[in-house]
Amino acid sequence: MEIIKEFKIQAKDFIHAGEGSMEIRNTLKSAGLEADLIQRASICAYEAEMNVVMHGGNGIISMSLDETGLVIEVMDDGPGIDDINLALTEGYTTAGVEVQQMGFGAGMGLPNIVRNSDIFNIYSQKGKGAHLKMRFRIKK
Amino acid sequence: MKLSDVKMILKAEVISGDDKLDIEVKGGAASDLMSDLLNKSKEGALLLTGLTSIHAINTAVIGGMVAVVFVRGKKPDKAIVSHARKHKMPVLSTRFNMYQSCGRLYGKGLKSIEWNS
Amino acid sequence: MKVRDIQSEFNLELAAGSRGLDRDVSDGYCGDLLSDVIANAGSGAIWLTIQSHQNIVAVAALKDLAAIVLVNGHRPDDGTRAKAEEEGIPLLLSSESSYRLAGKLFCAGIDLTAV
Repeated sequence: MEIIKEFKIQAKDFIHAGEGSMEIRNTLKSAGLEADLIQRASICAYEAEMNVVMHGGNGIISMSLDETGLVIEVMDDGPGIDDINLALTEGYTTAGVEVQQMGFGAGMGLPNIVRNSDIFNIYSQKGKGAHLKMRFRIKK
Repeated sequence: MKLSDVKMILKAEVISGDDKLDIEVKGGAASDLMSDLLNKSKEGALLLTGLTSIHAINTAVIGGMVAVVFVRGKKPDKAIVSHARKHKMPVLSTRFNMYQSCGRLYGKGLKSIEWNS
Repeated sequence: MKVRDIQSEFNLELAAGSRGLDRDVSDGYCGDLLSDVIANAGSGAIWLTIQSHQNIVAVAALKDLAAIVLVNGHRPDDGTRAKAEEEGIPLLLSSESSYRLAGKLFCAGIDLTAV
């Protein structure tokens, strides 16, 4: 069994924001994965997708599922992250007021991903976008 | 408790999902900022929020929650309601504010989703 | 009930603003959208929130709130602590969720509508 899916993410498009992750969630449910894994993966996908929308880059969210595990990747061409360690700190956010009024920008996105993924890799440089890779083990 | 109990305790209006009032609510979760709710799964939770936006619905779906209650008399617009229906997420609205809503539900025995009491 | 009674009864950590511990608490308010708190919170309310930046102190001062409680284990930054100290507004910390703490406070009688 191998399932690969990819969805586009549009900068600042708050109306469609989250649709990629919702589709991924539906796919994982249809694939019959266990509930805890679906929850954790959905949270990671959603937080990563929302980060792209909020911070102004266009991007892609993709999932790849086979017997070796689940990988969710998010890549964008946005402003990139200046200080990754700082970005991983709970409560730290560079989100503007309009985003906060929408209920986001609490500075929990990346920490939530760290908490909910089995393996998390993040590559980013200021001005060069970001690439997040989140891996999840599938229990036999 | 059941969603129908929540409706009664909060004197809430059912905006969508009146065929789902029989569902079991395992605990309460309250916030206006969505990311704080996604620190981990909130399976079976009732989301109480004043954030009338599609993101409240998305957060509830992603977090495994069973229903959304908009507090402070907030009513979602058509786009939010249709989004909720599409994702089969029941939506209610109560005139009580967040503090009152949490207090009343807690007082009637609905525990916090992350805690045992 | 005074802020200091709530602090001890509910095991809240005091982060700043001890000058204001004798303020009376008449009600509770939960909210993280500052525009909503500014519009709707009543004076004398103890405010439960996860917002930790120093604007919360300005809002609390503006609305004459009794105290601020950062819930869910959120911690204030140094600027927020300093501002709370300066304004004499108690800044308390709780590891409990907003729902649970609000529930407990409400059931303890901190409720304007109960009067």
